[in-house]
Amino acid sequence: MITWFIRRLGQILPTLLILSFGIFALQQLMPGDPALILAGEDRGDPRVLAEIRAELMLDRPLLAQYGHWLWRLLHGDFGFSWRIRVPVGELLLAKLPVTAQLAAMSFVIGVVIGVPAGVLSAVWKDRPLDWLVNGIALFGISMPNFWLGIMMILLFSVQLGWLPPSGYVPLWEDPWQSLATTIMPAFVLGTGVASVLMRHTRAAMLGALEQDYVRTARAKGVAERVVIFRHALRNALIPVVTLGTIEFGRLMAGAVLTEQIFSIPGFGKLVVDAVFNRDYPVVQGVVLATALIFVALSLLADVLYMLINPRLRTA
Amino acid sequence: MRRLILAAMLLAGAASAQGVTQNLRIGLREDPDIMDPTLARTFVGRIVFAAICDKLFDINERLEIVPQLATGHVWDDPRTLRITLRPGVKFHDGEPMDAEAVRYSLNRHLTLQGSFRRGEINGVTAVEVVDPLTVLIRLAEPSAAFLSQLTDRAGMVVSPRAAEAAGRNFGLRPICAGPYRFTERVAQDRIVVDRFADYWNAAAVTIPRITYQIITDSTVRLANLQSGALEMVQSVDPDDVAAVRRNNRLRLSISDELGYQSLTINIGNGARAQTPMGQDARVRAAFELALDRQVLNQVVYEGMFNPTAQPVPPTNPLHVPGFLPEPRNLDRARALLREAGVRTPLAVEMTVPNSPDLRQAAEVMQAMLREAGFELRINTMEFASSLQAAVRGDFETYLLAWSGRVDPDGNSYTFMHSRGPQNDGRYSNPEVDRLLDAARIETDTARRRDIYGQIWAIAIRQDRSRIYLWHRKNIVAHSARLTGFVAIPDGLIRPQGLRLQ
Amino acid sequence: MSATQPPPVSPARRALRTLLRHRLAMFGLVVVVAFIAAALLAPWISPADPLATSWTAIRRAPSAAHWFGTDENGRDVLSRVLWGARASLLAGAIAVGGALLIGVPIGLLAGLAGGWVDAVISRIADAMLAVPFLILAIALAAFLGPALENAMLAIAISASPVFVRLARGMALEAAATDYAEAARAMGNPPGRTALVHILPNIAPPLLVQATLSIAEAIIAEASLSFLGLGQQPPQPSWGSMLNSAQRFIENAPWLAIFPGMAIFTLVLALNLLGDGLRDALDPRSSRR
Repeated sequence: MITWFIRRLGQILPTLLILSFGIFALQQLMPGDPALILAGEDRGDPRVLAEIRAELMLDRPLLAQYGHWLWRLLHGDFGFSWRIRVPVGELLLAKLPVTAQLAAMSFVIGVVIGVPAGVLSAVWKDRPLDWLVNGIALFGISMPNFWLGIMMILLFSVQLGWLPPSGYVPLWEDPWQSLATTIMPAFVLGTGVASVLMRHTRAAMLGALEQDYVRTARAKGVAERVVIFRHALRNALIPVVTLGTIEFGRLMAGAVLTEQIFSIPGFGKLVVDAVFNRDYPVVQGVVLATALIFVALSLLADVLYMLINPRLRTA
Repeated sequence: MRRLILAAMLLAGAASAQGVTQNLRIGLREDPDIMDPTLARTFVGRIVFAAICDKLFDINERLEIVPQLATGHVWDDPRTLRITLRPGVKFHDGEPMDAEAVRYSLNRHLTLQGSFRRGEINGVTAVEVVDPLTVLIRLAEPSAAFLSQLTDRAGMVVSPRAAEAAGRNFGLRPICAGPYRFTERVAQDRIVVDRFADYWNAAAVTIPRITYQIITDSTVRLANLQSGALEMVQSVDPDDVAAVRRNNRLRLSISDELGYQSLTINIGNGARAQTPMGQDARVRAAFELALDRQVLNQVVYEGMFNPTAQPVPPTNPLHVPGFLPEPRNLDRARALLREAGVRTPLAVEMTVPNSPDLRQAAEVMQAMLREAGFELRINTMEFASSLQAAVRGDFETYLLAWSGRVDPDGNSYTFMHSRGPQNDGRYSNPEVDRLLDAARIETDTARRRDIYGQIWAIAIRQDRSRIYLWHRKNIVAHSARLTGFVAIPDGLIRPQGLRLQ
Repeated sequence: MSATQPPPVSPARRALRTLLRHRLAMFGLVVVVAFIAAALLAPWISPADPLATSWTAIRRAPSAAHWFGTDENGRDVLSRVLWGARASLLAGAIAVGGALLIGVPIGLLAGLAGGWVDAVISRIADAMLAVPFLILAIALAAFLGPALENAMLAIAISASPVFVRLARGMALEAAATDYAEAARAMGNPPGRTALVHILPNIAPPLLVQATLSIAEAIIAEASLSFLGLGQQPPQPSWGSMLNSAQRFIENAPWLAIFPGMAIFTLVLALNLLGDGLRDALDPRSSRR
């Protein structure tokens, strides 16, 4: 187990290295010349373009650019945003707490609603409760976030005046205001996660409830609640853990549409604006951070698999 | 417990309501780029600059040039501009704003690597300090547009000491001589500025703090205004104007902008210019005659924008009044296509940046053009890709907006002159080049307007090098508690004179 | 081939019979078939030309003349929903089919083979999850050109890591069960073990995920059409109708409601069908 864990940690570095090069190459292949964007309305002036390219080393070969970037990174320097000239490390540190708070709140909402709803709907399969829960979940999946988001703003902020319509206040500045600004986006994102987790929990529970040991336990007269939570749910968790970790990773990578609607300055908006402005150092930094999160979450998933089912190989 | 939570929320609400009386919160539609007058290039950035960096000159609602940091100017000869400066002006760091600072700032615009101002003032050959309050600017040749450049970022004066210390990172903490000083910026979220006590015109500034909040979704921006979370929003969608008018706690301010929306046609930029559309002015004439700008404007923008055929908006004294869009004429369009000998339906591609209103406009044009025998193919692209395609000539037609300049030269030369940096379609006509050069040095308004009239007649009506479609409006909405806002065609929000009740 | 003996009931036949008895699943099937029929028959059943604009009737609320109202260019929304079914159904089906085809075999391989194979595949999947969809889409749009098929490819590629991870997790679990070990002990080749013993057990979560991904794919197609991939104007798709409705969410809500309802109904039907399939494939459920 320990050696397995160490081996897994050892895989992180090569993964990030290869991914960072991949993203670097992909950006160069993307149409849209960063120098043209930065030159703005002076884009027709070759002298301006040449100056920008020289300053940002865009006139050097790909490998030289990558090597330089990597070298700076080894010194703890992510480079600076070409658009606003703020160091990328600073940007990442500023956005991380925002995204982490929103992701955590959304995920808690998703799990607290999604998993119990899935269990209930499996236990009461083909009854009205099952239909209701399924209907709501599928509605949540089919409803675009912008629609739900704008509707909530119009209702809770404009009509009722209960919540601030958008923006973000850091948790440490004013916890109440912070929760007030993030509860609507967290709900919008959380319902999406809840729908996915609900559908997977339901399917897995249905499978687990039909396993022989559950039947045996029931036949032995074990209380139904114990059967459901102790025996069935535990064994139904593998796909739920898989999807849960992926959904959490996606939340941490930033939900651009929701962030945009609620003007939350998180990772999603950062990376999308950076891509549209061809602000490559920012893209590199965000992708690297997200990749680290995904690698860590997939490690977490494997650990959870083994906790759920100790017989799983530690591959 | 629940009552406690409710009480806490009410308290929080009360606290923010208290903040309302002190601060002005303005919603911007996108995040400004770097806040360095030399390196900045976005329009929203100029809105923030209006609070932190004063300029030598400003413009008023009639587009007249008025002094700001300068007190006056004289042309010693057509190549020498003498500017007298306002005495006793201080930068935010306490340094004096004097002739030396003006010389430093202009030279910085001219020499800093990656400067976006160089193109605007590259006729400058020397800046000389005559005395602490007088500067001489020498130009290589006479320029009718030069003074107007000093009403924008090229005319902003920065603190030499701060700029020298910060170098290229000056934009992280700009130090100028505006009514507010830069306090804080959270990328993609907000920019905060605080009133500068030593401002030269401190009496005109009453609001202690302005927070610029970036809210990209227009519905949400308006929702913030309606719910009282903002006092002012920039660029309201024409569709939302009716809703603002219905709300008696809101005020609307609409003014004509300086720029335009146009269609660039690839006439000589690479292989993709080799189409009937690129090679035959009759085909382009047919294309234009198939469009009904009035209907286009009505369908997409609720009829709020100004249909046009020229790059200079009607508010500008150099607008050519008689040069109007031709009415839609399908018969003539079809006849022209027949005359040109093209097989219909003629396929024409239009590159469209991915904003929803432009995409709708393209769809409306598509339907109009179909009736004349064109098959318009819409190619939506995100802006960065479309820009590169345009420069490389990888387009047939390109639906592009221009934010506009005070002087018409900024709206025409760079797009129409054969050596114009933004002439992506590579239109070239020696007579137009000659006239554009002549318009640059002609200082008499009436004679200059005549020259522009001749240019439009050749470049637009005869050669059909581009198709001008409409001038947008600056639509600003604000709380009724905010008074003193004056709409100026450049669309900026000047904090001088604003009051919050 | 004797006609006198009744044929033995095969598992497939039994599954089909269970499915046919499943009322909700049948309802789902009918709805899905109806949507496919609507897409195919759009030219004949649409009340109007989906591209015909009318400048005098823009953004009209639903009425007898236009049951679903008209859009921002005066086009009949009902006709556009019917025609839009073509692009949206294709986008959903092909993108998710592609993601399944790419993701499931690779995920099974990772879960069953273990070791460095698993490590390489899993880390690639991690890395792919971290690549912003936007970058992939813009790059693909540039290389492959604007077309609906290329949008589907982009969606399939970006959706496949989820299936890799799902299949891998289930394969890990299934491989640890008694029957898989027994099969291995009996000398069954691993590939056969995977197909015969593991696939049926991992089918339920894959079905669930596939039906969920279809909704995502239909909505994603629209954001791609704004980048030059996907359905190009004036041709309709549900996703792009929803997207252009965003500007008019207060003034003309029906522009979003009808394509939104179409997506919801389709996804609901697909999920009901998927649930029925799950019940039918589960050999134990027939014992009840």
